Amino acid sequence: MVKKKHDVDVLEKCPSGISGLDEITKGGLPKGRPTLICGSAGSGKTLFAMEFLIRGAREFGEPGVFMTFEETPKDLAKNTNSLGFDLIGMESRGLIATDFVRIDRNEIEETGEYDLEGLFIRLGSAIDSIGAKRVVLDTIEALFSGLSNTAILRAELRRLFHWLKDRGVTAIITAERGDTTLTRYGLEEYVADCVILLDFRIEGQISTRRLRIIKYRGSSHGADEYPFLIDERGVSILPITSLGLDYPVSEERISTGVSKLDTMFGGKGFFRGSTVLVSGTAGTGKTSLAATFADAACRRGEHSLYFAFEESPRQIIRNMSSIGMNLARWVKKDLLRFHSARPSLYGLEMHLVAFHKAIEEFKPQVFILDPISNLVNAGTASEVKSILTRLIDYLKMKQISTFLTDLTHFGGGLERTSEEISSLIDTWILLRDIELKGERNRSIYIVKSRGMYHSNQIQEFLLTDRGIGLIDIYTGSGEALTGSARVAQEAGEKASAMASRLKLESSLRGQNIKRKAMEAKIVALRADFQAESEELYMTTEEERKRQAVLAQDRLQMGHRRKGKSSAALAKRQKKKNERRAK
Amino acid sequence: MKAVPPVKMKKEKTVPTEEIWTLRLYVAGQTQKSITAFANLKIICEEHLAGKYRIEVIDLLKNPQLAKGDQIVAIPTLVRKLPEPLKRIIGDLADTERVIVGLDIRPV
Repeated sequence: MVKKKHDVDVLEKCPSGISGLDEITKGGLPKGRPTLICGSAGSGKTLFAMEFLIRGAREFGEPGVFMTFEETPKDLAKNTNSLGFDLIGMESRGLIATDFVRIDRNEIEETGEYDLEGLFIRLGSAIDSIGAKRVVLDTIEALFSGLSNTAILRAELRRLFHWLKDRGVTAIITAERGDTTLTRYGLEEYVADCVILLDFRIEGQISTRRLRIIKYRGSSHGADEYPFLIDERGVSILPITSLGLDYPVSEERISTGVSKLDTMFGGKGFFRGSTVLVSGTAGTGKTSLAATFADAACRRGEHSLYFAFEESPRQIIRNMSSIGMNLARWVKKDLLRFHSARPSLYGLEMHLVAFHKAIEEFKPQVFILDPISNLVNAGTASEVKSILTRLIDYLKMKQISTFLTDLTHFGGGLERTSEEISSLIDTWILLRDIELKGERNRSIYIVKSRGMYHSNQIQEFLLTDRGIGLIDIYTGSGEALTGSARVAQEAGEKASAMASRLKLESSLRGQNIKRKAMEAKIVALRADFQAESEELYMTTEEERKRQAVLAQDRLQMGHRRKGKSSAALAKRQKKKNERRAK
Repeated sequence: MKAVPPVKMKKEKTVPTEEIWTLRLYVAGQTQKSITAFANLKIICEEHLAGKYRIEVIDLLKNPQLAKGDQIVAIPTLVRKLPEPLKRIIGDLADTERVIVGLDIRPV
């Protein structure tokens, strides 16, 4: 019945399939060996063990036996059903076998020597019935309360763990935590290969589940306490501290969603995978900017994950429609997913696990957290910083562009909260109110942006019914004006410019008229002169004709008086006249 | 303690009424504990339930699936099926007094 398995040189591991656990254990639980999971009541031991079996059967083709000493199969099925696992269905398909071992001290009389061969036979028969590779014993310590001969029990348990190893099954044994020891009955003495401790703590009315690997013989493993979450999809553990600073970086730039803001970043927007922080006091438009960024990502066909700590998704969608943004269509297309939760709902680390889980599931290109300041409600500032560091490292590793908003408070320095995490941020945009002449206006400027050109100008930040608009702030005549002061100033300037233009135009017109008058005068003078010279010509011509006539007359008179001589004279005179005429 | 035939079914039908005690002894192979238990049981029955008892010996190595039904963990386990209520006694039945108390056998 019992077959000795040959020893292996390299420790083989059995993937648990539990989200995060295989990262911490670098591959899973020790294959073919028992692992002890200890923890106080309600720390999630049973669910942990159950998920190990179910994932093994479903994802790794390793059927499993669940031997329970505490819950009836009916209760067990009900409990696992709440995690979305169909235990009964899996049993009927031969993937899981359950056996409920009930030991009631009142029904049992002990007389003399015995052993636990019955338990071995039951377990062996269950393993053989489905060819199980995994076994869970939950909680075997119940034997101690059912049977009084602890000497026999201890010897038999030691034999049982050897037997499990010989069968080559990967086993999980759960145990209650003792006051001073890891387990109430010291099971850690027998199960020495791998010991995992589950912890359930309440700090400031907020509970946090944590997991720690106390020992893992023959393997390195994460040594920290890891927070974990149990929800409707099972257990997820966050392998938080295994992150470093060796993530890939991208040269690609992505739009902020506001073209004028892109211009402020050299016309291209943010780097993909960078971390953007927008801080500002209440009502400065942080959420609007965040939603615009998400909207732009969805327009590019990318997935956006939006964690909202202040508003419900519907409220955000409604509010954004007031600035002409239709987010509902992206939600419908599953490009945009909202996660809304009150920060005080659970502890900080639980939030981190929730982020992690949502990111793993949705695989977004853009991640928005609005606002990070509310996380302070769930922990201290230094804890928040540590959580954000882990989150940002993780997001960077995944090349997810991150957009964080931060609510700063009136009175305190605008940069106060943000300074604490400033070193984590690649691009930091500040939104602030400018109070001037009885009104409040929004303005935007870039505090820093690593590795790219960015404008040093303060821009006025407008929320219009067609989205976000940026306007150059009025900076003429030595002062910066925004809002209606800017509008008034601009209107005044426009009016005076108009007036001087009109004045110039009118003097130009006057000049034109003058020129025309002058030209007219010139024409008149010229005409005068023409007339005069014509008259003069006429006069001279008449005079010449008159002279000619006179000379003719004189010649004729000479003819009449001297005959020939007068004829010769006339001839000469005639020639003279002709020459002149020519 | 006298030697008895090891694991086997043994039926004694003398009184055909509800007075018949049905006892089931679960064993796993012919181990020393099982043999001792059967021998001790036989002595007690002959002494206190002569003629109105029936012993079934079930070898779980042959019928492992039967262990689940009667919630067998320890070996050997004696189960009093009849008269009701069901009672369990584990061990090699060496302590006769406790077996009598456990089986709730009243002195005749």
